[in-house]
Amino acid sequence: MANVPEDLHYSKDHEWVRVEGDSAVIGITDYAQDSLGDVVYVELPKTGEKFSANESFGSVESVKAVSEVFTPVSGEVGKINETLADEPEKVNTDPYGDGWMIRVRMSSPGEVDSLLTAAEYEDFTKAETE
Amino acid sequence: MRYIPNSPVERAEMLAAIGLGSAEELFDSIPETLRLRGLLNTPAALSEIELLSRFEEMAARNAGARRTTFLGAGAYSHYIPTIVDHIISRSEFFTAYTPYQPEISQGTLQTIFEFQTLVCQLTGMEVANASMYDGSTGLAEAVLMSERVTRRSKIVASTSVHPEYLEVVKTYVQHAGIDLELIEFDDETGQAGATLAAAIDDETAAVVVQSPNFFGCVEDLTTLADAAHARGALLVVAITEAISLGLLKPPGACGADIVVAEGQSFGVPLSFGGPYVGLFATREKYARQIPGRLVGEAYDKQGRRGFVLTLATREQHIRREKATSNICTNEGLIALAATVYLETMGRRGIQEVAQQCLQKTAYASQRIAQLPGFSLPFSGPRFNEFVVRGPIAASDLLSRLAGEKEIEGGIALSRFFPDLKSDFLVCVTETNTRAQIDALIEALTSLFANKTAGTQP
Repeated sequence: MANVPEDLHYSKDHEWVRVEGDSAVIGITDYAQDSLGDVVYVELPKTGEKFSANESFGSVESVKAVSEVFTPVSGEVGKINETLADEPEKVNTDPYGDGWMIRVRMSSPGEVDSLLTAAEYEDFTKAETE
Repeated sequence: MRYIPNSPVERAEMLAAIGLGSAEELFDSIPETLRLRGLLNTPAALSEIELLSRFEEMAARNAGARRTTFLGAGAYSHYIPTIVDHIISRSEFFTAYTPYQPEISQGTLQTIFEFQTLVCQLTGMEVANASMYDGSTGLAEAVLMSERVTRRSKIVASTSVHPEYLEVVKTYVQHAGIDLELIEFDDETGQAGATLAAAIDDETAAVVVQSPNFFGCVEDLTTLADAAHARGALLVVAITEAISLGLLKPPGACGADIVVAEGQSFGVPLSFGGPYVGLFATREKYARQIPGRLVGEAYDKQGRRGFVLTLATREQHIRREKATSNICTNEGLIALAATVYLETMGRRGIQEVAQQCLQKTAYASQRIAQLPGFSLPFSGPRFNEFVVRGPIAASDLLSRLAGEKEIEGGIALSRFFPDLKSDFLVCVTETNTRAQIDALIEALTSLFANKTAGTQP
């Protein structure tokens, strides 16, 4: 059973969002990393780049496939997880911790409210697997 | 007999649908005076023997083919061992296009893997791709790759890079949002100017130099690499004369980030400019930003060695919109020729060819420098090409040399640098004998040197 922490917000594209003040930390869920398999490369944006909600901000390459990753909220990239360049496997081993991808300064913090709660995301993934 | 896949009835139906009475009416817009009535004026058919002698007679009129040549500037005359043509003519290689179901073509993948390995060894880099169309398009791709790696959009390049390579780069970048800044070469040394390093700033994606450069001078790559890296920029090194890698310190060891080269010198004939082959190598950390395809070594379930297309997915199979470039192929056959050449010559063979080029060039340049009216304007260290400043306009000098002495003495630089009217670029390779070099000196002396003795400013 995939791990779905209570305190995070989730997208239907399997990204999670942790709100910290007016910033959002974004990564992919435990369910996503498990479906992808061993991650070998993570392509991230440059700090200062701006994205609208649901826009692709990078990609995750696993032994199985290359998948786009989308930001669930609009804003400017304040920080990227540079350690993923050398240790992309962190996405597998610690998707909600050391495997985080980007930190975005949100331009419309209200967008978070339309995301899924942990319980809703759990139902969503269950429906997807069935 | 022609095969026309529709019947007269079907043709009549199609004409009726567009309201015409005959196919001839389709050509009504072509004025009557421009239309051919009757048969083409072609000579009667010849027998095979007659045809052969007709072509031999035409070939004999090709004066350039019998002249002694000292032409270089991006295309070089080197000896090609017979085995190169023999191997690449094998039907398994000769007819095969770049594999679209690659893993079924293990032989092709193995030769590409060997090619990539040789390119890495020669350039001192960590990864090389399956090849590019040629050196110039390889350089343009290196520039685009620098932008992807650094996410910066300014390129600084020295005008001592081959002018035609710079033209190709300009074509690639002009609508790609990349600024190309050209920095004048140093007219004392013939090398990239000291201002090149000074032009690098925090917006610079890459510094582009060629070594040996267009004038034949070897560049100080280490200093440029340090200057580029200090600002977070990449050093892109282009090479037109790949034989130089047999003798010069590999660009990888000097700190280059991307090395591109024209591979024509490795067993590829001078056939009116192509097809040639581009070499493209970089550091492993940039492997995913490489254009084109990359073959890797792998092992199957039984532990047997095999080869796979490791990187290409971004190009043509999935995620096409994320492709690193539009090159989905490689110069398979020409890359194979280069591979066979390099494996035939071996490490020592390439060194020996390079040594011969260097020594014969030194001999030729020293002899020419002693001729009254002639000088070598650039002081930079040279490999197998050098610029000569003559007593009259270089284009006139070279055409007299060709017409009266059957020697192609070089390329007039005025074609690219209008100010350098008396300068021409001479290339000497292992295919030039001492007798040929002496004949060049003799010809320059008898045609020009004696007549201008003492008039040199």
